[in-house]
Amino acid sequence: MNRLKFKAPIATVIAILAGWGILFTYILPLDNLRNTVLSWVVIAAAAALLVGVINLLSVHLGKLRGETGVSLYSFSLIFALIITFTVTLLQGPEKEFPQWLFTYVQIPIESSLMAVMAVTLTYAGARLLTRRTNAFSVIFGIALLLALLGAAPILSTEITFLREITQVLSGAGARGILLGIGLGTVATGLRILLGSDRPYGG
Amino acid sequence: MSTELTTFALVFLFITLMVVFYFINRRREGHHLRDIPAFYRLRGAIEVAVEDGTRIHVAIGRGDITSPQGAAALIGLSMLKRVAAIASDSDHPPTATAGDGMLAILAQDTLRSTYQSLNLMDKYDPSLGRVTGLTPFSFAAGTMPLIIDEAVSANLLVGSFGNEVALITSAGERSQTLTFAGTDNLPGQAILYATAHEPLVGEELYAGGAYIGAGPMHVASLHAQDVVRWVLVIFLIGGALGGLIKGLF
Repeated sequence: MNRLKFKAPIATVIAILAGWGILFTYILPLDNLRNTVLSWVVIAAAAALLVGVINLLSVHLGKLRGETGVSLYSFSLIFALIITFTVTLLQGPEKEFPQWLFTYVQIPIESSLMAVMAVTLTYAGARLLTRRTNAFSVIFGIALLLALLGAAPILSTEITFLREITQVLSGAGARGILLGIGLGTVATGLRILLGSDRPYGG
Repeated sequence: MSTELTTFALVFLFITLMVVFYFINRRREGHHLRDIPAFYRLRGAIEVAVEDGTRIHVAIGRGDITSPQGAAALIGLSMLKRVAAIASDSDHPPTATAGDGMLAILAQDTLRSTYQSLNLMDKYDPSLGRVTGLTPFSFAAGTMPLIIDEAVSANLLVGSFGNEVALITSAGERSQTLTFAGTDNLPGQAILYATAHEPLVGEELYAGGAYIGAGPMHVASLHAQDVVRWVLVIFLIGGALGGLIKGLF
């Protein structure tokens, strides 16, 4: 526990110094330094991907050892992970069998999930007005209908003005939302630089 | 003035305003924030989860921490820290899901430091922060069984989510649990507006920390955001009017 207490200020200092250092490389002629540090981050991110896979494996191994009985989903995941990982490691990702796994297993599964999502969204759209009856839901519904009508020809006739109206209105709305998101992103980054937010256990 | 210098000037203005509002807010009582009903309902849901011994699920999405999408995940981590501080002693402590290895490490670290500060390290389980999938749809598919099977009473989806978030909210709907959700992704926001019980639109996502008591700097940065937004709006309208007048003469 004392070790963790000692680690926290060090992590905070490293995070703040690294953040400010990178920020200053944008106004000082230190492009090479920035690119070098960012390339280290990319390597760390790749290592974190492997950590993510190990985390996924350990959670599902834990489920298999659990008291609730063998989980078919966890067993399938571990089996598929071991097969895919081993084959890709031995053959390389561009060889025949890893590509076969990607084309005939992963893509069909993700496509079927996309199909489920389309049904889910249609149902949610239909239920919106009964669940949350207010002016914004009505506007949302009208905008959705206009976008659908303008998206494709009806009886070989394109309603171009509907497309233009929705593009202008949705473009304006999207810019407003993106402005808020941009400011929120900057504020979040600055809280980290000031050390008030420490999402690393600091 | 170059783009870099303009950006740096904006950053400097932002920091100054945050520090000024931090000291102003320390002197006056109350937080002076506009009402966002979702956060009042979230507080209620956390209290109910603690009393019922049910679990709160915090999904922090799949945004790459080295990209701007990482900011939404950092808000998710701030909210996870706050939720964990309130509900860690519950029978079913809060759990966090991520679609990225680095975010899962940060979620585990956030939970560990919260448990440590509460002297509850004997109850800490690393699997409370987990990766459920590393592609958008595998992340959604891995999160769905957790919502249905693990005594979850409320879902807090705060991070970067795309279209796949519809599958996660549908799992919440099927298990009759409340879903509070916000994302930085525009199509994702439209989907959440239709599918989540309490959607957080636009900058409401980034206001989360201020509303659930994550710290005074969250409130100060929210006030700074408001001022900078008005400055930008004035510049945008001024620029548009300037262009119009220039075109006329």
